[in-house]
Amino acid sequence: MASQQLAKNFKQSVVAALWLSFLTMPLMVIRVDTVEKTITWRWMHLLWMLVGSFVLALVWYFLMDRRDRGGANDGNLNTEAAPSRFSIWLNNPRVARPLMAFGLLFAVAFPFLFSMYQTNILISALIYVVLGLGLNITVGLAGLLDLGYVAFYAVGAYAYALLNYHFHLGFWAVLPLGGILGAFFGILLGFPVLRLRGDYLAIVTLGFGEIVRLVLQNWDAFSFGPSGISNIARPGFFGVTYSVSQATTYIYYIMLAFVLLTIFVTARLKDSRIGRAWLALREDEIACQAMGIDNTKAKLLAFAMGATFAGFMGVVFAAKTTFINPASFTFMESAMILAIVVLGGMGSIPGVILGAFLLMLMPEYMRAFSQYRMLLFGATMIVVMVFRPQGLIKARRKIYKVNTKPAGQA
Amino acid sequence: MSEMNSAAVLAVRNMSMNFGGLRALSDVDLEVRAGEVVALIGPNGAGKTTFFNCITGIYTPTEGEILATARDGKTHRINGMRTNLVCELGMARTFQNIRLFPSMTALENVMIGRHCRTKEGIFGAIVRGPGTRREEQHVVDTSYHLLQKVGLEQVADEYASNLPYGAQRRLEIARALATEPFLLLLDEPAAGMNPQETLELKEMVIQIRHEFAVSVLLIEHDMKMVMSLSDRIYVMEYGRVISTGTPAEISADPQVIRAYLGEETDA
Ligand SMILES: Nc1ncnc2c1ncn2[C@@H]1O[C@H](COP(=O)(O)OP(=O)(O)O)[C@@H](O)[C@H]1O
Ligand SMILES: [Mg+2]
Repeated sequence: MASQQLAKNFKQSVVAALWLSFLTMPLMVIRVDTVEKTITWRWMHLLWMLVGSFVLALVWYFLMDRRDRGGANDGNLNTEAAPSRFSIWLNNPRVARPLMAFGLLFAVAFPFLFSMYQTNILISALIYVVLGLGLNITVGLAGLLDLGYVAFYAVGAYAYALLNYHFHLGFWAVLPLGGILGAFFGILLGFPVLRLRGDYLAIVTLGFGEIVRLVLQNWDAFSFGPSGISNIARPGFFGVTYSVSQATTYIYYIMLAFVLLTIFVTARLKDSRIGRAWLALREDEIACQAMGIDNTKAKLLAFAMGATFAGFMGVVFAAKTTFINPASFTFMESAMILAIVVLGGMGSIPGVILGAFLLMLMPEYMRAFSQYRMLLFGATMIVVMVFRPQGLIKARRKIYKVNTKPAGQA
Repeated sequence: MSEMNSAAVLAVRNMSMNFGGLRALSDVDLEVRAGEVVALIGPNGAGKTTFFNCITGIYTPTEGEILATARDGKTHRINGMRTNLVCELGMARTFQNIRLFPSMTALENVMIGRHCRTKEGIFGAIVRGPGTRREEQHVVDTSYHLLQKVGLEQVADEYASNLPYGAQRRLEIARALATEPFLLLLDEPAAGMNPQETLELKEMVIQIRHEFAVSVLLIEHDMKMVMSLSDRIYVMEYGRVISTGTPAEISADPQVIRAYLGEETDA
C-alpha cells in the first residue's frame, strides 16, 4: 500500500518535473546574445531545473499524502472539535498566562529597546491587527465577503485630514468621529447589498471600495486629488510639544491600547447573543431567519461594527504618517487585510493577530529578498490554504458552563 | 383531547401559490386547532414543503389568507410577513433537508432559537454586566434543558455537523422549541430514520405536545407514524387538498387510497 503510493508519487513527480522543465526551457536554457549574434545552450540549467522541480514535487506529494491520511485516521466524531496538541498546550492557563504577561511586557518595553524605525514598523503591524480584527467581524463571523474594506479606512483617514486642515480639529476630537463615520459608511454599503451573497457581494463591495478611492482621487476641490493632504497634525498630548521620535513612541502606545481594546471588544462580541447570530447568518441564512433572527439587522450591524474599527484606524494612520493620498487606499490594501483574516483563520482572534504580524512583518524583515517578495507571499498563501484551509489558528467555539439544576421552562 | 371545539391557532383560507406558470398550491384550506397534531401527507412534489414556505413567510402566497393566533390570543394575518417575525410570533419549523448551523455546537444551535426571546445588544455584550450575564446563563440553561428533552445532552458541545443523522433531526426540533412556539411545523422529521428511531421520535412528539402545550403540523411519509400520531390528516395531491379527516376516515377514503396510500397498503 505504502510502496504503491510511493511509486505513484514518484511517477507524478517525474511528470511534473519534465513538464515544468519543458515549459521553462526557452527561458532557462536558450540565451540569445544579440550583439555577438550567437545562441548559447545552457543545458546545465535544464538539469538543475529537472532535479529541483522533481525534489520539490516529491516533497509536495508526500505532504499532501500525509495530510489526507491524517484526515482519515481520526475520522470519527470528534475530528472537527479535536484541538491540536499545540493549541491544548497554548490553552493551558499555566502556559498562556506567563506567555501573555511576557508578551505584554515586551510590547510595553519595545520603544525603549528598539529604534524608532522598528517602532514605526510595529505601529503599522498593530494597525493591521486592528483592521484584521475588524474585518474578521464582517467576513470571519458574519460571512459577508467584503472586498472594499479599505474604503472605511480611507473615510477615517480623510475625515481626520480634512477636519484638521480646515478646522484644525485635533486627533482626539476626530477619533470617535472617525469610528462613527466608518459605521455610517458601513451601513451605507450594507443597505444595497442586503440581498447579495457570495461572489455577487464580493463584486459589489469591491466596486464600492474603488468608487470611494476614485472619488478621493478625482474630486480635487474636496480631497485635493492625487496630491493628497500633508502636514496633518500628530496626536496632541495636553498641549505639550514633542519631537518626532517621542511622537512615534506616543502613537505606539495609543496603538497598543487600541489593540488591547479591540481584542477585548471582539472577543466579547464573538461569544455573545449578537456574535452567535452572526455565526448563524454565516452558516445558513434561511435557517437563521427562520429561527427568528432579523437578517437585515444582523448584516447591517456586522458591516457597521467592522467598518467602525477601520474608521478608527484611518484616523490613527493619518496622524501617524502626517500625509495621506488615495494611493494608500487601493484594492491591494483590502486584499491584504482579507489575506490576514483568511491566513490567520476566519473568526479566530489569535489567528487574525498572528496573520497580521506574519503578513506585515515578514516583508519588512525579508528586504534582502525584496525581488521575490510577491512570489514568496503567493507561495506562502498557497501552501497554507492547501494544508490548513481553516487558517493558521482555527476558530473554536466556546464551551458554555451549564447550571444543571433544572432551569425554568423554555 | 378536546380538539374539536378548541380555537384555531392557524387558519389558511383559499391559499394559492404560483411559480411563474406552475401552480404549486391551489385553493388550499387548512386549519390547526390548539393542542392538535395535524398531519399533511401526499406524494412527492404535491406542494407540502411549499405550503410550509408560504405560511412561514419564505414565499408570499399569490392568493388567499393565512391567519395565526398567537399565545396572547391576538389573531394576525401573516401573508408575506418576514420569516423572522413569523417565528417571533410563535410558529417555528424544521426543514426537510436539515438546516442546522454546522460549525456551531449542538448547544449553540439551540441557543440561536432563544435569540428572539432575549434582548442583549452590542453594548450589553461588550460590558457584560450582571443583567447580561444572568440572561446569558438563562439562555444556556434553558437550551441545555431542551437538549435533555430530545436526548442530546451528552453531545451538547459537539459540532452539529458531527452528529449522526437522527440526532441532527432531533436537534432541529430542540432548536425550534427554543423559540417558544405555539405551533411546531415539522417537515418530514422521520425521513432517513430507522423504525426504532421513528418510534422514539413519535414518543418524543407526543411528550413535547403535552409539556410545551404546543400544536403540531407535521409533513410525513411514514404512514404508521402519521396514523398513530395525528388527530387529523390533510391529503394533498398536485397542490390541492383532496381529502381531510381523522386517520380512520382517511384510510377509508377511496380517493386517498388511489392517490397515495395505494402503494402502501398493497405492499
Ligand atoms: N421556488 C420554486 N420555484 C419553482 N417551483 C417550485 C419552487 N419550490 C417548489 N416548486 C415546485 O412546487 C412543487 C411542489 O414542491 P414541494 O412543495 O417541494 O413538494 P413536496 O414537499 O410535497 O414534496 C414541485 O413541482 C416543485 O418543483
Ligand atoms: Mg417536501
